[in-house]
Amino acid sequence: MELTESQRQYWRKNLNITAVLLAIWFVVTFIVGYFARDLNFSFFGWPFSFWMGAQGSLIIYVVIIGFYARYMNNLDIEHGVQESEE
Amino acid sequence: MAGMFGSEASGPSNAAANAAFKKNLNKVYTWYTGGFVLFVLVLAILEQMGMPRSWIGFIFLLATIGLYAGIGIMSRTTDAAEYYVAGRRVPAVYNGMATGADWMSAASFIGMAGTLYLTGYGGLAFIMGWTGGYCLVALFLAPYLRKFGQFTIPDFLGERYGGNSARFVGILIAILVSFVYVVAQIYGVGLITARLTGVAFELGVFLGLGGILVCSFLGGMRAVTWTQVAQYIILILAYMIPVVWLSVKQTSVPVPQLVYGYQLEKVTAKEKALSTDVKELEVREIFKQRSATLAEKLKDPAAALAADKAAAEAKVAELKGANAPAAEIATAENALAALPKDAAAAQKAWTAAKASADTKSRPLNGMTPHAQAYAGNPDGDAAAQKAFDTSRRNFLALIFCLMVGTAALPHILMRYYTVPSVKEARESVTWSLFFIFLLYFTAPALAILVKFEVFNVLVGTPFDQLPAWVASWAKVDPSLLSLTDINKDGILQLNEMTIGGDIIVLATPEIGGLPYVISGMVAAGGLAAALSTADGLLLTIANALSHDLYYKMIDPNASTARRVSISKVLLLVVALLAAYVASLKVADILFLVSAAFSLAAAGFFPALVLGIFWKRATGPAAVLGMLAGVSVTLYYMATTQPWMRGLFGVTGPISDYMWWDIQPISAGVFGVPVGMAVIILVSLVTPAPSKKIQELIEHVRYPNLKTS
Repeated sequence: MELTESQRQYWRKNLNITAVLLAIWFVVTFIVGYFARDLNFSFFGWPFSFWMGAQGSLIIYVVIIGFYARYMNNLDIEHGVQESEE
Repeated sequence: MAGMFGSEASGPSNAAANAAFKKNLNKVYTWYTGGFVLFVLVLAILEQMGMPRSWIGFIFLLATIGLYAGIGIMSRTTDAAEYYVAGRRVPAVYNGMATGADWMSAASFIGMAGTLYLTGYGGLAFIMGWTGGYCLVALFLAPYLRKFGQFTIPDFLGERYGGNSARFVGILIAILVSFVYVVAQIYGVGLITARLTGVAFELGVFLGLGGILVCSFLGGMRAVTWTQVAQYIILILAYMIPVVWLSVKQTSVPVPQLVYGYQLEKVTAKEKALSTDVKELEVREIFKQRSATLAEKLKDPAAALAADKAAAEAKVAELKGANAPAAEIATAENALAALPKDAAAAQKAWTAAKASADTKSRPLNGMTPHAQAYAGNPDGDAAAQKAFDTSRRNFLALIFCLMVGTAALPHILMRYYTVPSVKEARESVTWSLFFIFLLYFTAPALAILVKFEVFNVLVGTPFDQLPAWVASWAKVDPSLLSLTDINKDGILQLNEMTIGGDIIVLATPEIGGLPYVISGMVAAGGLAAALSTADGLLLTIANALSHDLYYKMIDPNASTARRVSISKVLLLVVALLAAYVASLKVADILFLVSAAFSLAAAGFFPALVLGIFWKRATGPAAVLGMLAGVSVTLYYMATTQPWMRGLFGVTGPISDYMWWDIQPISAGVFGVPVGMAVIILVSLVTPAPSKKIQELIEHVRYPNLKTS
């Protein structure tokens, strides 16, 4: 079975968005975590690194997943690989 | 009633039927939530009219377990697609709720706020690890597994890596991981049932087990799914209400998550004051002396024990000789009887006592300041720098293991087989994380609100004026809360108090001054959390055995009805076995749970992700990679975790076995890269997968691949 050019593009775009979102995930989790001691300026009462660990990173995770779902569901339609409404 | 959760045969699904089904579900669960609130209100009124507390506990226990059993009976089925994947008709939102309940165990519900209270920033590793893992689920696994569309995780491994050996290793890992995890859940069920009703722990285990079994036994995944949705609603209400109440009491704002930053500031200021408080220093000095005395005794335990014994005997003799009151003599005799039996027992008891005295001689009862990231000090002396580096390294390693483990736990991944489409699978992960997020971003708030209460209401209060809940909890279980006036000033100091993490969630309603019915609701919420997770895990084990081992490997001609009944029998056997192991009270819960995450991460994650994203990954490589990952993880745990060391007879100092000072809880941080590397290296020296498998990978990557 040969893939069409559009289908190939679909997979490339999927890999790109996956890589970008994974990079955000990595920075939020591990880079911010690594420098937690230095990022302790006050943020609405919380030290910033504590707030990131307790709320900020969680909100970003939800947004990453929500964005991915929307982006991919649109990409499916754009490249004609969406599921048919049986 | 049987039609309520969709009992019609699973024909070809269509959008209109699915929409009607969802609308019906909305109605059912709205009524259900209203009914639950009404039930709590009626109990609250009955409590005001003088119903005894133990009745409230029993009514909560029976009503909730009865409810779960009822849903199980209504959803009973023998159809394979219904039994294994709930007919693949679960709407994304409901699958999200079910996943949330499946996911949040007793450890999340009861343990987490306590861990945060005791460790401050360090505890956030659990908050981030147990949520961020869903990013990996969403980006790497859920949509592709849904497209693959079989029944279990070993199914995928078997098809993708062609052959029974990959499937078989998958079965072994799925069972190992799920069994370790389910033992921890059943243990939690026993504890909560015992606390809620006052029955013995072992009886509590089996009572809870009844609730789990009726549900998963009769209706498989279908019953478990609809029960888990019901359980999610109970557990989130039970978690939120007391926290909101406490927040109103302290800050008069009903959204604790928004305002606890200011409470944290006050806690931090109080921490500074407490660490230089004169009375606190006095108490810490006494503990320092105790520790020194114990260290002296530990130099020669046999001689010290003999001396203690002689002194205690002399005291008894002296009192008797002086015709002292009987009570005094009895006290002295008890002290004599309480001495350790021999030198070995004495050494053990004194070592433990010294460790506890050492903790209590440190500022803030041995807790690091709540908002401070990591122990030690990067700008301090060599020891402080090392402490800082080790603490930071372990924090990040733990997050890594929990996240990757999340994306590899078979009972969670299995849930994404139950939605109707790839599109809904993606949305369902978003809903899952959203519902989990609700509880996880509340837990740190709860920990800080309780700490504020302890620092400001308890510490510095005379012993005879402490709130009533303190005495009642200290009486229930001294390991949860105990107070001793060490420096005899009649006032409570922070270091005079020993607190167990589990009390934070359980006692919050009383701290906030809520009626007992809310305490009952919190316990019922903890029970729902433990039961729902145990349900999902037991089902995973039974399916691995009946579907993968029996149907796919032993008897491919077995009829559907036969497979489902074998699954049911196995479920019963596994559940009883897990209950038996739990009743032995073997290792500590936190270790069991985290062991499951590390093992799942090292065993499944590399093989699953490479299987989807790298066409060149081959069968033999996957088998070797899974085995290597799990072996390295198990080896590291066996050599560095005290209980596992005892089990495998490992001797010699732990530090000889430690790699980069990583704690055994994060053993997966070594297993995952090893598994990944083995799969890549072996794949490159084995022949590429067949055309058929390459096509399967293409098939999985596109929601709908039309041939051109």
